[in-house]
Amino acid sequence: MKHKTPLLDQLESGPWPSFVSDLKQEAEVRAKNVKGIEYQIPTDVCEDLLGILELSFKHGRTHWKHGGIVGVFGYGGGVIGRYCDQPETFPGVAHFHTIRVSQPAGKFYTSAYLKQLCDLWELRGSGITNMHGSTGDIIWIGTTTPQIEEIFYELTHNLNQDLGGSGSNLRTPSDCIGQARCEYACYDTQNLCHTLTNDYQDELHRPAFPYKFKFKFDGCPNCCVASIARADMSFIGTWHDDIRIDQKEVKGYVGGEYVPNAGAHSGRDWGKFDIQKEVINLCPTGCMRFEGGKLEINNRECTRCMHCINVMPRALRIGNERGLSIFVGAKAPILDGAQMGSLLVPFVKAEEPYDEIKEVIEAVWDWWMEEGKNRERLGELIKRQGFQKLLEMTNIEPMPQHVKEPRSNPYIFWKEEEVEGGFSRDINEFRKYHQR
Amino acid sequence: MAFISSGYNKDKPMEDRITDIGPRKYDEFYHPIIAKNKGKWLYHEILEPGVLVHVSETGDKIFTVRVGGCRLMSCTHIREICEIADKHCGGYLRFTTRNNIEFFVDSQDKIAPLKKDLESRKFAGGSFKFPVGGTGAGITNIVHTQGWIHCHTPATDASGPVKSTMDVLFDDFKSMRMPAHLRVSLACCLNMCGAVHCSDIAILGYHRKPPILDHEYLDKMCEIPLAIAACPTAAIKPAKIELPGGVKVNSVAVNNERCMFCGNCYTMCPSMPLADDVGDGIVIMAGGKVSNRISAPKFSKVVVAFLPNEAPRWPQTTAVIKKMVEAYAKDANKYERLGEWAERIGWERFFEKCDLPFTHHLIDDFRDPAYFTWRQTTQFKF
Repeated sequence: MKHKTPLLDQLESGPWPSFVSDLKQEAEVRAKNVKGIEYQIPTDVCEDLLGILELSFKHGRTHWKHGGIVGVFGYGGGVIGRYCDQPETFPGVAHFHTIRVSQPAGKFYTSAYLKQLCDLWELRGSGITNMHGSTGDIIWIGTTTPQIEEIFYELTHNLNQDLGGSGSNLRTPSDCIGQARCEYACYDTQNLCHTLTNDYQDELHRPAFPYKFKFKFDGCPNCCVASIARADMSFIGTWHDDIRIDQKEVKGYVGGEYVPNAGAHSGRDWGKFDIQKEVINLCPTGCMRFEGGKLEINNRECTRCMHCINVMPRALRIGNERGLSIFVGAKAPILDGAQMGSLLVPFVKAEEPYDEIKEVIEAVWDWWMEEGKNRERLGELIKRQGFQKLLEMTNIEPMPQHVKEPRSNPYIFWKEEEVEGGFSRDINEFRKYHQR
Repeated sequence: MAFISSGYNKDKPMEDRITDIGPRKYDEFYHPIIAKNKGKWLYHEILEPGVLVHVSETGDKIFTVRVGGCRLMSCTHIREICEIADKHCGGYLRFTTRNNIEFFVDSQDKIAPLKKDLESRKFAGGSFKFPVGGTGAGITNIVHTQGWIHCHTPATDASGPVKSTMDVLFDDFKSMRMPAHLRVSLACCLNMCGAVHCSDIAILGYHRKPPILDHEYLDKMCEIPLAIAACPTAAIKPAKIELPGGVKVNSVAVNNERCMFCGNCYTMCPSMPLADDVGDGIVIMAGGKVSNRISAPKFSKVVVAFLPNEAPRWPQTTAVIKKMVEAYAKDANKYERLGEWAERIGWERFFEKCDLPFTHHLIDDFRDPAYFTWRQTTQFKF
């Protein structure tokens, strides 16, 4: 190796896969170059990457600078400029830009496709990736400016593949595994994710928003992609009718024939399954009872938390009248504190071509693009102008489902048209009855 | 190296240009059993840690073997994943939201050889390449951000602390002895590229020193009004500064007492770096969740205000995490998430049981929501 890495070397031991060993492995493959690849960026790029990371481990500080303006013609996102602050010592990573490649919904792959991606990235980049970035994209870490258009050309012409989002635009949407392999999914997350990603390609590639905007799609309230915590608009599957009960299978759990919670707790002896203690008593609404060997659910009072279904997946199934709830405004703490998504649409069917859903999205965007300040997330705008304003702009009727509780202060911003007679009054008329 | 053209003509960038085609369609990559049974799944079962079966109403079954992966991954490693998928799975696989890799097989007898193959592969340094696990009431892979490998704003590394933490929690990746699943996440700065703020245990990089001002370059590198506007506490104001040579320049002044070290100014202005070897380190947060199961989603709470960046293995950070995991595993009820446990026993008990000191840093003093976190009842525990 070109640089000594005594600190990083200590991360090669221990059982968890070592990214240091992997980086070294890539460095060796490039150095040997058995396949005879005509590398388009420096061959020793991975060695310089290890070198500069070692320096950060030594200094306790990053050695990457702010990104410059790099990208592909006609797009305002998908490529993030990256330069190191020690280019003389580590010339291989002096220019080391990130490419975001839009991942397939559900993150399903075939080996054939992954190998095609590798062929391109080994030739024109560092060969180092993130599978995947936090937002969902395939991230390619490290290439030089002249390679960016070449990569884009090959992606679009040979791989039928586009870039993802970055900057003040729609970020690459992502979804859970959904109906592809999960019995809890209340709608086809992959189809909705893919459809909206494609329908909104312009918003994804050409920044026209006040700030970033994220869509995430969870098939059920278990929220495996954390949409409610991190998406400006989160789409969470739910149902409107009754949980389907198979009483025979309930007996199977009670009798010990099946392990509860699909076997998730098998690493410890928790004792015999107790339906009263583990299901009925933990139901947050108390809408269930188990009597005479029969399970009853008062579905009208159920808030669809998934606990009973998670514990007894063979016996209980999501309802048949399915759709999704839309939550808005989630974000991480920058700047004014973290926000969880707030319920905007309690229930909407998720059926192609998703016009009803798109109507809500576009109304929200129109408002945010008109009123949002530079670098103001949707959640912050909702806080600044009020949830009522959001309802007004999206034409959604207020309902108790929108709040955890009604306001505890009476400081209502009455509008003039809501108050009989309006706000203009005659002081002289008032003084006829009330002396100064 | 000779330049190899892709066919792109930089003099005519619009020639044959293809744009806005989006990602590849997901169903090109479905395993045939998944394609056939989509939307028809009846139930699933975790057969052993890391191994799942999903059963369809058609009678079909798909078996999944889940392995941990580093999100930072080389093409050589991806090719090895492909080789395994080709050998055992007809080439079909997927990645999970938490950076795990899932291999699909269509019959139960294919699981053992696949598992054996996966567990036999090790890196030259000795670590497993494909540890099987990450299911059920255990501790799955850590979702994380970029850190020192590629980001310009981090207050800690990402891959280093993650590797160190997963080494310490490795047995719980491979088993399911927890009361409920326990999610660990890492964000290397407050920007939090991930749902760290709603995790059972969150590792968060944080600065503790206000920006250093590079007066000589500030006005040339930055839009001063944008830097001022970026500050959420209005701690930055414009200032005229006289450089040592006597030249006067436009720059900014920072009211250090108002700075809460978010780094937003640095995002807007490269002449205001916050990074510092002693100032930077880790905040530990706990008790968050995103699932709506039993209780509503919750934010994680700050339980350790600061731990130093101790490269390469962050021993204090991993020790605190291990302590919290063991206290939770010992004391929580079945199905109870870490945050639900803390709320049931009371946070005063949480600090006692986790053997963590409570300091003034942990009391919220940031704007209105702070008030709602103070205790306004006579009900507390001694």
